[in-house]
Amino acid sequence: MNWAEAGVVLLRVIMVFALLLVATVINVWAERKVVADMQSRLGPMRAGPWGILQTVADGLKLFFKESVTPRKAELGAYMLAPFLAVIPAFLIFMMIPFGVPFTIGGYEVALQGADLNIGLLFILAMSSMAVYAVVLAGWSSGSKYPLIGGIRATAQAISYEAAMGLAMIAVVMFTATQGEGGTLSLAEIVARQDGSWAGIVPRWNVFPQVVAFVIFMIAVVAETNRAPFDLVEAEQEIVGGYHTEYSGMRFAMFFLAEYVNIFSMSAVAATLFLGGWNGPTWEGTLPAVLSAILPTVWFLLKTYFIVFIFFWLRATLPRLRYDQLMSLGWKRLIPAALTWIVVSSIAIGVRQFGLPWG
Amino acid sequence: MGLITELLKGLRVTGGTMLRTITGREMVTTEYPHEKRQKPQRFHGRHVLNRYPDGMEKCIGCELCAGACPADCIYVRGMDNDPDDPVSPGERYGYVYEINMLRCIFCGLCVEACPTEAITMTHLFEFSTTNRADAIYTRDELLMDRDGNVPHMFEDDPMIDPEELLTADGWVRATAPSGNASYEGVQMWQGTPGPASWSPEPTQDEIDARAEPEDG
Repeated sequence: MNWAEAGVVLLRVIMVFALLLVATVINVWAERKVVADMQSRLGPMRAGPWGILQTVADGLKLFFKESVTPRKAELGAYMLAPFLAVIPAFLIFMMIPFGVPFTIGGYEVALQGADLNIGLLFILAMSSMAVYAVVLAGWSSGSKYPLIGGIRATAQAISYEAAMGLAMIAVVMFTATQGEGGTLSLAEIVARQDGSWAGIVPRWNVFPQVVAFVIFMIAVVAETNRAPFDLVEAEQEIVGGYHTEYSGMRFAMFFLAEYVNIFSMSAVAATLFLGGWNGPTWEGTLPAVLSAILPTVWFLLKTYFIVFIFFWLRATLPRLRYDQLMSLGWKRLIPAALTWIVVSSIAIGVRQFGLPWG
Repeated sequence: MGLITELLKGLRVTGGTMLRTITGREMVTTEYPHEKRQKPQRFHGRHVLNRYPDGMEKCIGCELCAGACPADCIYVRGMDNDPDDPVSPGERYGYVYEINMLRCIFCGLCVEACPTEAITMTHLFEFSTTNRADAIYTRDELLMDRDGNVPHMFEDDPMIDPEELLTADGWVRATAPSGNASYEGVQMWQGTPGPASWSPEPTQDEIDARAEPEDG
């Protein structure tokens, strides 16, 4: 690897980092605006036009605040937890291809942090890592409510990660029939959703795998600890849950991690089910620059559509009770996901090899 | 399946509200300091000490308001009028008149107790101060000017609408026979000229017409 290649890699990382930070600033504001609209309110209006700089103001405020450490905190884990929350959130997005590769000075720059051949497994691994942050933060705070929040997080994450993984399996199996052999690379999964069925229906996985999509979406909402599955930080029950004892910049990191997670997981959903950056580019009729940017625009539109669903659910649904959470996870989602795997593998098998008696 | 239909029902409510809010058909809040809202006619705001149209003060220093006050926030001292240069048309006038706005509960019983309609309530409601002493309103703050304007702590505040100050009077309006058909078009309170002469009692159609824009 020479310096130019290293530069390209660095550029990609910085691109992902910048995109996520800007997206978070917009997401926090957008959530407050969307929820406000759903409650016939104005929402933030004072900082910048339509209050769009509200997140920047909040961030600056948190930056200058004191980070209080409880006397009974386990310092090592207490300090580590915020970083453990932020890093996996960013790493998930590293796997997402958010545009067509372009060429600068002979080097091809993929609009993707890194194209791992086990990208999907990496995403699952990182989303499991994020749970450690919550659990460690809850335990190391040396306080009751954070501990309850942390323990809730363990059980919730284990339950819903299973459903999420099973929903992904169905997609991976289906993707394997769409090209040469199976793949876990997200760039390849996106590439295989190019084109259309019968010229009108885009070849997105969401159409043949709609059950997997619904299961995946529910599991992702639970995985990111968002309403109505936000038992981990339920304000009305356990104050702030795992981040009760965090303040200042350390709290800001948890906050950042939550919103980056929402964006990353929405991007994963858009990539797996909604065809990632696939979309009409009208090459030839539009200027070349516009055609090159359009895939990224499609990707962001699809991602924000799913982010909007996150906000919509939050504004609509009351929080589940803990036993409801568990029974939804184990008695509904996991059996449904397993059944769907069986059904879709039978369908795939019949299409590949014909009927067993035929 | 029941779960899904319930979910969709809920999403329809919030989604519909969002569409109505974005299109401006259903916004509840306003940008308060920039955009002020018409207060209800019977709004209980801060008090004002009225004058007769000739400039005489209405207060006669009888202390009935102080007696009626359940929060015990009014302090009045009366004094005999100088016969050559009377402040009020009666024997005495309110020499000291103080209302502690921190204690006041804006019930309007002082307005009800006043025999001369000297104390009434306005639509003003912004009294934030940085110390407790400023929250005690004295004659200087309470007494209306000879031209009928009410002194207010934020004098150049664009929110202050002199028209509103002159017409607002929570208690008088609350006890007026509005809506009683036999009083339609009759001008009430003619015996005691106020800061401005009261408009005649509205008809039911006028009341409805006035109420509609607030609901929408």
